[in-house]
Amino acid sequence: MITEFGAFALILALVLSLAQVLLSGIGRYRRSGLLVGAGEGAALAAFGALALAFAALAHAFVTSDFSVANVAANSHSEKPLLYRVSATWGSHEGSMLLWNLALTGFGAVLAGRGRDLPRDLKAVAVAVQGLIGSVFLAYTVLASNPFVRLVDPPVEGRSLNPLLQDPALAVHPPFLYAGYVGMSVVFSLAVAALVEGRIDAAWARWVRPWTLAAWSFLTVGITLGAFWAYYELGWGGWWFWDPVENASFMPWLVATALLHSAVVTEKRGALPGWTVFLAITAFSFSMLGAFLVRSGVLTSVHAFAVDPTRGVLLLGILLATAGSAFTLFAIRAPGLAAGGVFAPVSRESALVANNILLSAASLTVLLGTLFPLIREAISGEAISVGAPYFNLTFTPLMVLLCLLVPFGPLLAWKRGDLSPAFRALIPALVLGVLAGLAALWFLTPRKAFASLGLGLAAWLILGALAEAAQRIRLFRGPLAESLRRLRGLPRGAWGTTLAHLGLGVFVLGACFETAWKLEAAQTLAPGQSLRVGAWELVLKDVRPVDGPNYEAETARISALRDGREVCALTPSRRFYSAGGQTTSEVAICTVNLSHLYVVLGERRPGPEGRGVWLVRGFWNPLALLIFIGPAIMALGGLVSLTDRRLRLAAGRRREVRP
Amino acid sequence: MSLAVALAAALCLAAASDPAERLPDPAQEARARALFREVRCMVCQNESIADSEAGLAVDLRRLVRERIASGQDDAQVRGWLVDRYGEFVLLRPSFSWANLALWLAPLAVVIAGVLALAARLRRPAPADAALTEAEARRLSELLAGADGHDPALKSSRDDPNA
Repeated sequence: MITEFGAFALILALVLSLAQVLLSGIGRYRRSGLLVGAGEGAALAAFGALALAFAALAHAFVTSDFSVANVAANSHSEKPLLYRVSATWGSHEGSMLLWNLALTGFGAVLAGRGRDLPRDLKAVAVAVQGLIGSVFLAYTVLASNPFVRLVDPPVEGRSLNPLLQDPALAVHPPFLYAGYVGMSVVFSLAVAALVEGRIDAAWARWVRPWTLAAWSFLTVGITLGAFWAYYELGWGGWWFWDPVENASFMPWLVATALLHSAVVTEKRGALPGWTVFLAITAFSFSMLGAFLVRSGVLTSVHAFAVDPTRGVLLLGILLATAGSAFTLFAIRAPGLAAGGVFAPVSRESALVANNILLSAASLTVLLGTLFPLIREAISGEAISVGAPYFNLTFTPLMVLLCLLVPFGPLLAWKRGDLSPAFRALIPALVLGVLAGLAALWFLTPRKAFASLGLGLAAWLILGALAEAAQRIRLFRGPLAESLRRLRGLPRGAWGTTLAHLGLGVFVLGACFETAWKLEAAQTLAPGQSLRVGAWELVLKDVRPVDGPNYEAETARISALRDGREVCALTPSRRFYSAGGQTTSEVAICTVNLSHLYVVLGERRPGPEGRGVWLVRGFWNPLALLIFIGPAIMALGGLVSLTDRRLRLAAGRRREVRP
Repeated sequence: MSLAVALAAALCLAAASDPAERLPDPAQEARARALFREVRCMVCQNESIADSEAGLAVDLRRLVRERIASGQDDAQVRGWLVDRYGEFVLLRPSFSWANLALWLAPLAVVIAGVLALAARLRRPAPADAALTEAEARRLSELLAGADGHDPALKSSRDDPNA
């Protein structure tokens, strides 16, 4: 009954979204406040209906109602509650429902809260948002309905892939989708601005909070995915340049470029065309990601079940939506004002350089992901593009970008002066070079590129701090004055500092972990031990454990350093009988910011008929920073979002124009 | 020297480090490990044979190690792999005519971007100096009145860089 109610609510959401398009569109055309208001109401109601539909599906999963095809295919009655809830978005159909929930949710926020937007612009944006919602809802209702019942319900479900039964992965899709779909509002605002023919500093200011929010969500989502890969896949890697990872990384790179170009448009009215182009591209890449993950054109560890028909439909949606937006852009772009001029050394130039490098990086990731498909379509030859390609192309672009990052915030708008910026950065430069040289000198084995990376990380972190010090005039006046300035610093400035600092922290962790990771593997009988760097891992015993929906072998391993036990680790191997899969549960001991990472491998026949186990131990130095860095970046985004200049713009304008 | 090589050999990814598979010569083992990362595990989903525990990856690791132990250089091993499985097996695509766009596009974007920026910088300032008389009068009025700015364009006072 509740399932049928959910199916009804889903269709209702589609109808309401269509109503939203018509009411807002016609309302704008006739300049009728009543119709525009009704369109906004429809947007709110569509979100309400979809929230009910989503709750109905979650209910079916929680109660293990196997007469629903989607539940039977993706759940199991013995699964813990958390994973029954997260299974709601663990399948293709359920994840589309989550996508739609985010899409109508952002539409509702746009309709309900965008009070500072000009009425006409907002009406068009709400209509465009409704149009995107209608298309994806129609796809969900007609081609991927999660509420389909089975005539002959099975007694037990087929369960969710055990690799996905994990707390980080349970919350990873909601964050990722909030990020992907948050870009839809930016897209709608861009299309609305093109329709209205007005792209100026005010528009850039309206776009910024949405971009910031979506970017922060996306950052958290991608980081959670990387963290999951790190501890769940069992070989200590956290980024594989896998097509699905790339699919989430491309919108992130474009959104990062957009955040920076929108600043130029907001402060100086320059680059409006480019900013709009990025706004359209960001959501187009999000849709491309949704298509790549679901179409089966690429093989990946994260992909959903393959279905060519759905792939074609999603490709159609992508081409129609992005194609019409880019066409509109091509028509309107020549008429856009170019905005203010600026000198070669200026904040604008630095931000343009950032955009050039980020665009090249996005294109690299796009090509690396799609080129094998293109070449196979043209010549029929299959090739692979893997991590070695990205190391040779993407990494140099990022090194250049990291070199430039600290300069940007220190240069003045319009015509900057390099020497004061350079003077402010001398400590960062000196210490960065020293850090790199020290790494080259002291760390074994000697690695030139990784040492360069460490120097770069130090340059980024200290550069971000130098910029903050410059803003509060630290050491150049009385301390009280600096403290006063510190308190008065706008949140947006904090956001920049935090985001750039987070980037440095990430680079530090990534370089250190990649280059100076230690590894050892050995077959051990209980009582034997294995050396990993300074650590000694002693296998105490291995016992069978019964889990809620799996059977496991769990090892007790004691990690000793200088003969003293520092941690007790319990890595295990789980066997899920529902799907016939084996997974490895890694044990991680965090020592300061580094990880001792231990994996229990397969059992092998040992001497005298007793079993021995393959145990792998990794020492991942500073690995925690890889995940803390992006968390700091996302925090920077959120802090920037609370800037009063973004919130109070509405009130101040009303005062000015009575 | 040999110490550095031995340490380098210890720095590798998971599956390939199985003690049952290792080569006795640490220098050869290090070369084998570096090669594994460039070889695709054909039956896996986007993994190199360094990472995978699949049967095919185990076999390929053994075959690559055998070839290295028999004195072949990296190019010979790669050539043998491509003859056997096609270019698909290499995770690092070859630098060939067919892959030219793949390798050069990032550079092309950077060059195009720098040229566009240079063009933008060389463009003369819009003729905002030439104001009509009415505009000049309006401007002086606006400058005289404190609240005449568009608040969206006006930066807040507390941002020293604005």
